[in-house]
Amino acid sequence: MNETIRELLAKLGGLPVPVTDLADDADLYAVGLSSFASVQLMLGIEEAFDLEFPDSLLNRKSFASIAAIEQTLTQILNSKEAA
Amino acid sequence: MSLAALATDMSMSLRARRVAAVAAEFANQVDRDARFPEEAVNAMKVERLLGVQIPLRFGGESASIEELAEICVVLGQACAASAMVFAMHQIKVSSLVEHGCESPWHMDFMRELAARQLLVASATTEGGIGGNMRNSICAIDVDGNTCRLIKDATVISYGAHADVIMVTSRAHENAASTDQVMTVFRRGQYSLEKTVSWDTLGMRGTCSDGFLFKGEAPAVQIFPKPFAEIAAQSMLANSHLLWSAVWYGIAADAVLRAQAFVRAAARKAPGSQPPGALRLAEAASLLQLLKANILSGLKVYADAKADPDQLSSMAFSVAMNNVKLASSETILTIINQAMIVCGIMGYKNGTPYSLGRHLRDAHSAQLMISNDRILGNTSTMLLVQKPDTSLFG
Repeated sequence: MNETIRELLAKLGGLPVPVTDLADDADLYAVGLSSFASVQLMLGIEEAFDLEFPDSLLNRKSFASIAAIEQTLTQILNSKEAA
Repeated sequence: MSLAALATDMSMSLRARRVAAVAAEFANQVDRDARFPEEAVNAMKVERLLGVQIPLRFGGESASIEELAEICVVLGQACAASAMVFAMHQIKVSSLVEHGCESPWHMDFMRELAARQLLVASATTEGGIGGNMRNSICAIDVDGNTCRLIKDATVISYGAHADVIMVTSRAHENAASTDQVMTVFRRGQYSLEKTVSWDTLGMRGTCSDGFLFKGEAPAVQIFPKPFAEIAAQSMLANSHLLWSAVWYGIAADAVLRAQAFVRAAARKAPGSQPPGALRLAEAASLLQLLKANILSGLKVYADAKADPDQLSSMAFSVAMNNVKLASSETILTIINQAMIVCGIMGYKNGTPYSLGRHLRDAHSAQLMISNDRILGNTSTMLLVQKPDTSLFG
């Protein structure tokens, strides 16, 4: 999962720094993730993992770092399994 | 009884009405000369309206956004420029109240603002970034306990008349353009060199000149939170709601003038429907729609305020954007209807039914943060965000 997120971030994030240089907990907004790019990243993740982000998780915090995205995805996938 | 004691003796809305009376007296002059509405702003200080939002414990009155919006509506009916100065000041104060309550310097500053009724301006726009305030080119230079900042601020509304300016910049020399902070600079800590003059179609009294800003202040005056959070959690909602309240005030006054015109005609020719009566009814219906739009926005904000995650959610941003888009477009339709009702008497200056100033002021609404930019942001969010279609959701 971490690897897929990093690939998508590199492709869609439009960041001025290489994604390989980023720690899992690095603040993506501070390194330059724009709101437009964050939506493109969400769309990429929805497509790659075949899921939809519920409105309750569409906030700044859910996409603040690679670790936060992983956590958000895990939460969605778990609730999908439970359903 | 001192003036201050007399003022606090009265309700906020009564105090706002007294300020509105002053603002109305000078509104045409302020507009014609494109000068700062100093009489109205002095009246705000006398009535202690500039510090109402500051929490009680710091010497303010803990005014809610609903109370602030009501003041904006009252002032907007008298002089849109005065009302907009009040709104823009309160938007900056909301950042202090929402994000400064854990920083000793900002807490002390709130006490002083309430005591001395300081007027706060904003420098978020910068040459080279267009209108996108979530980007900065200039960077603050923190050197030990001191910070220095030079900014080519293409717009600082009432900058030359303010006691304080809050300025955005990149957080440090190597920061990305979106990694911003906001710093409070007090008069005496900065110089302003005027670079652009404010000679506009409407909102002429806000004196939103451009300046080369050069400031130096203790570094503790930098807000301890990233500007991205301040923008999302306090500025977005406060801007769109308080601006909309000002615009509602302009439109409401236009409808009142149109109604006075129709009533005067009806009294002269009893028994017949005056021309324009139907258009007045249409305008009144749109005015109610506008009011409902603002009230629903205030409710969404009140609900979201209880939950910081919701405040930075897409659903909330979309809702606030929609308030701004609808308000700024609807007022033009309403005022135009009112103008058609009043005919040449509305088109002419200096009649009791004049609407030229209203119409010109109202045209600023779709440009202050361009509606096209807002539509662009919303359309991006709608690629993933799903609107709540329930009535009370």
